Amino acid sequence: MRVTLLYFASLRETLGVDRETVDLPDDVTTAGGVRAWLRGRGGAWAAALAEGRNVRAAIDQRMAGPTTSVADGAEIAFFPPVTGG
Amino acid sequence: MGISVRVQNEDFDVGAELARLRRGHPEVGAIASFIGVVRDLDDDASVAALTLEHYPGMTEKSIEAICADAAARWSLVDTLVIHRVGTLAPTDQIVLVATTSSHRGDALAACAFVMDYLKTQAPFWKKEATSQGERWVEARASDDEALMRWTV
Repeated sequence: MRVTLLYFASLRETLGVDRETVDLPDDVTTAGGVRAWLRGRGGAWAAALAEGRNVRAAIDQRMAGPTTSVADGAEIAFFPPVTGG
Repeated sequence: MGISVRVQNEDFDVGAELARLRRGHPEVGAIASFIGVVRDLDDDASVAALTLEHYPGMTEKSIEAICADAAARWSLVDTLVIHRVGTLAPTDQIVLVATTSSHRGDALAACAFVMDYLKTQAPFWKKEATSQGERWVEARASDDEALMRWTV
């Protein structure tokens, strides 16, 4: 399925991209799965999205957990813990 | 019950905003407000400027959801949140949360609740320009702890 990926704040700077459209392999169906798949790119991706790094995800603009399902056409965002207010 | 959320670059006039919340609402007996301001010192580094980034769309939705939660817990007339983005300087206003109610207890509690949730749930990120260079502000454990007092 095809999804849009967004990156914010320090993660956007580290990865050097703010937005991309990707075709996910059939076995990637959750937010955690997308994160693991992106780690497979290696380099900065493997480091910034490593397990244990505090990275949050949102699917279609709602906070998501590792097991939250991803649907075709979804907007999936990855970002560090928020610091507004 | 009205909910108004604005994310903007421009500054805001607290007096004018609070006056608007009173006008036409004779049932309002209490207005509680919180204003967040840019500090000049953070973790022992002097801050020259602060740049706020956000996630357009999700920001507004998440704050509206927080305000709806507050309205379900307390008796409120209106809830207003204005949050600035872009580059700000020390002493600049960052955020205004204002709640109105017939009585102060509901207004004060709801105002603190919205602020505590906003700090940990709304997708904003701060980057500081300090004397030691630029750095992203780290999330604070104390902000997560502040949420715990609202759990049932």
